[in-house]
Amino acid sequence: MISITSIINIALRALRANAMRSFLAILGIIIGVGAVVTMIAIGSGASEKISKQISSIGSNLILVLPGATTQGGIRMGHGTQQTLTMADAEAIGRECSAVMAVAPAITGTAQVVFGNQNWATAIIGTTPEMVTVREWELLWGRFINEQDVRSGTKVAVIGQTVAEKLFGEVDPLGKIIRIKKIPFEVIGVLDKKGQSLTGQDQDDIIYVPITTAQRTLFGQTLPGRVRLIYVKASSLESIPQATEQIRTLLRQRHRIGPNQEDDFTVMDLTQMLKAAEESTKTMSILLGAIASVSLLVGGIGIMNIMLVSVTERTREIGIRMAVGAKPKDIRMQFLIESVFLTTIGGVFGLLLGIGASLAVSSLMDWPVSISLFSAIIAFGFSAFVGVFFGFYPAYKASNLNPIEALRYE
Amino acid sequence: MSLIELENIVKVYKFGEFEIRVLDNITVKIEKGEFVCIMGPSGSGKSTFMNIIGCLDTPTSGKYYLDGVDVSTFSLDQLAEIRNKKIGFVFQQFNLLPRATALENVELPLIYAGISAKKRKELALHILSKVGLSDRANHYPRQLSGGQQQRVAIARALVNSPSIILADEPTGNLDSKSSLEIMEIFKKLNEEQGFTTIIVTHEPDIAAFGKRQIRFLDGKIVCDSKVCPVDEKL
Repeated sequence: MISITSIINIALRALRANAMRSFLAILGIIIGVGAVVTMIAIGSGASEKISKQISSIGSNLILVLPGATTQGGIRMGHGTQQTLTMADAEAIGRECSAVMAVAPAITGTAQVVFGNQNWATAIIGTTPEMVTVREWELLWGRFINEQDVRSGTKVAVIGQTVAEKLFGEVDPLGKIIRIKKIPFEVIGVLDKKGQSLTGQDQDDIIYVPITTAQRTLFGQTLPGRVRLIYVKASSLESIPQATEQIRTLLRQRHRIGPNQEDDFTVMDLTQMLKAAEESTKTMSILLGAIASVSLLVGGIGIMNIMLVSVTERTREIGIRMAVGAKPKDIRMQFLIESVFLTTIGGVFGLLLGIGASLAVSSLMDWPVSISLFSAIIAFGFSAFVGVFFGFYPAYKASNLNPIEALRYE
Repeated sequence: MSLIELENIVKVYKFGEFEIRVLDNITVKIEKGEFVCIMGPSGSGKSTFMNIIGCLDTPTSGKYYLDGVDVSTFSLDQLAEIRNKKIGFVFQQFNLLPRATALENVELPLIYAGISAKKRKELALHILSKVGLSDRANHYPRQLSGGQQQRVAIARALVNSPSIILADEPTGNLDSKSSLEIMEIFKKLNEEQGFTTIIVTHEPDIAAFGKRQIRFLDGKIVCDSKVCPVDEKL
């Protein structure tokens, strides 16, 4: 039995003898693998961006919005009717088993002033659970607590954007800001979340206790009514169950008959983002598939070169057969040559792909993600291309008649 | 038991509707240690005869016993193994690998015999010294004269200690001086080490080295004796 190192040596020697040709054949594979790696990096970069957004809005988030009023057949938008109450929020937290946390909110926009700076931002009155529901991290200070909500203290927790616009370099903690001319003490600063899927700045926000918002900021709101309710389901799988429980509960509480429409809307944000994530994944598979075509073309190049090589070396094959090479030895020799070509191409293609991905990411500001997985795929795929496209030439070589091969000029 | 026994060997080539009987019912025995020269005009069947003895080809019908084993029905792999272990070929065109050194060319059969690199080098160097080319081991074929190339080829044929050396017009591409040198090597190998040697040749003075001559014509053996009469027509 001929040793594998001998066969590898024979193959390497043959490739070295035709360095230029070998290089050109490898180039096709380099480009193919490079394209696949780059496309996968771009695609998975996009889906990672969306995954980050999912976690930034808070995972397993469900929004409960008040229903739309219908006036003379004209349906108005969400919130034209204030149907949700603090009691609804409490009931959801108490009675829905698939719900982990609930935070009601009253929202509005107001001008905020600190010293000679002012800024218009979203003011949200809420309860301490908001931290859990939206998965906020606090950079400094603390969030609103039960005590604040009970007594309606004038305290505010501000987002990064607000902190930047109003305070600049100044430490905001303990400072007094004026919201609608009413003084609030800054008790905490939230960590950065960045843009939401729709491009909204999630850090342009101020949280105040819900009771304070009701009584002093947005006085027009009916007492006990809330603008919307944030709900966190206990897991991704329990979102549909939580949604159903909330619907059933609110229909009961709002005394809605079997044939009547809901006077509220339950929105599953996670599900929407998951759908977006799915479509990016599809896009990334599509990109990879298109790039694979170039790898296929590279493979055909390898096959072409190997066929030429077999023809050129017909006499060599004859000599080897005459001194005792079995057909399978010859086949192995040519297969190893082609696998070697494509694996070398795979390695350099991977490097090219990484380089191209980094270039795309820095030039076009597109998030890319190069995973070990895509590297393994690229490498394995290129070896496979070598076997696949090398097999026919190798088979052809091994099938030569030694007598004719020896006579070949 | 003879080393080589051919019984009613027939080889037919088909070209469309035509059939050419290249070997027509050949029966011949060659004993161990013989030195046989095969003669005959082009197309007489001597090359096909050599190919069958060398296990490069199989007969259409008939039996071929090599060392008492019927190899006429062997598979391609089995034939390759026989060629590797029992046959050493020497060709008119030398047929060395151009991109391999003399040493590497001699090592070639040992690679397919699965012998370790160290052992291969040892054996190959030993054989090269026997053909007087120790100092040329690392030369490439193009750096060697015709006679030297043919000696490398002979070393390659010998390296795996075969039972038979088959040489197809080994002096056809050589000048007369080199031809004689090469024939002297064959003679010495036969006489001193008892290698069974079969040489195909056109030239009567080369054939004169043989202790037995077999002459082919139209696929048949027309003469098989110590010395066949020289046919002026050829």
